[in-house]
Amino acid sequence: MDKNKNTYLTLFLSAFYISAVTFGSGYVIVSVIKKRFVDELKWIEEEEMINLIALAQSSPGVMTANTALLVGYKTCGMPGAFLAVLGVALPPLVTIFIISIFYNTLRENTIVSAMLKGMRAGACAVIADVVVGLFTSVINDNGLPRIAKLTIMASAFTAAYIFKLSFILIVLFFLLLGVARHLLVRKGAAA
Amino acid sequence: MIYLELFKAWFQIGLFSIGGSYAALPIIKNVIVDGYGWLSISQFADLVVIDEMAPGPIILNSATFVGAQVAGFPGAIVATIGCLTGPAVIVSLIAYLYFKYQDLPVIRSILSILRPVVVALIASAGLAIIMLSFWGEHGFSSDMDSLNLISVAIAVAAFAVLRKYKLNPVILMLGCGLLGGLIYAR
Repeated sequence: MDKNKNTYLTLFLSAFYISAVTFGSGYVIVSVIKKRFVDELKWIEEEEMINLIALAQSSPGVMTANTALLVGYKTCGMPGAFLAVLGVALPPLVTIFIISIFYNTLRENTIVSAMLKGMRAGACAVIADVVVGLFTSVINDNGLPRIAKLTIMASAFTAAYIFKLSFILIVLFFLLLGVARHLLVRKGAAA
Repeated sequence: MIYLELFKAWFQIGLFSIGGSYAALPIIKNVIVDGYGWLSISQFADLVVIDEMAPGPIILNSATFVGAQVAGFPGAIVATIGCLTGPAVIVSLIAYLYFKYQDLPVIRSILSILRPVVVALIASAGLAIIMLSFWGEHGFSSDMDSLNLISVAIAVAAFAVLRKYKLNPVILMLGCGLLGGLIYAR
């Protein structure tokens, strides 16, 4: 029971921390989530983390909250899911409320805007690092053949970056492809 | 009743923002500025700056800001709950199904295709941020003057540090912020 209480607390604090430290887009969180849940707490493996991100990304709403909910659900069931979402919701509630009071003074401040530029450059490095890390891990997992994985990545990237297709459409398309492949493989095995 | 209106508006935004935080901004503008008229368009531009400037997910930051503008701190709480409720129900259902059926061959087959897709999508979103940071809002151009060399230098150095020392990304970004403050604000 004690151990359970500890898990709840760690889960809540981790979700709170992840929400409090991630700026702007939801993708920097991939790096923070990996560091916290995969490397430090070892609650999930890297491959499962990518699965959970795929689910979080194809669901509506806040990606950070969705990912935290999935990790919370896995470790502590529904109470965990609730605690994780609460942890993600609290930091913006407090910080933005305070910022909205001091907003005009902050905006004019050159030092604040200069620091923002620097942090944005830092975010570039973090995302590049995440992509290199995930790429290596996916290329070496024991799923599809490498050439298939490279083709999938190239076409998903082109669809998203060049053609600006919505992420949900891309995910849905490959989801259907996965179902089709499964049916074909089964048919082949039965024949 | 204003709280009910706030909840309804943000419940809608939560359910319809699919595909990352930046996809949510047009929906927020549509509902909050064009629909309810709670923010003027220039206040909305301010909101985008706040979202960039403050930590935390963009949708939650926007919910708190708008809720606070409309109905103070209770408004911020109602808006936050509103935008989380719909997705939380859907994702809980997905979580239940995923952990129950993840070992089924069809799910394994789907996930083995989705994993490379996710990496590609993260790369694509990342590249958009890199372009913004290196070339500014107008995007890539071959003209060297518009390339922000300081940002490139900070990013390259930070990347090297990350690959080599596995530094905590939060500490790294704070470090880059300090460095940016020193260089740009001179």
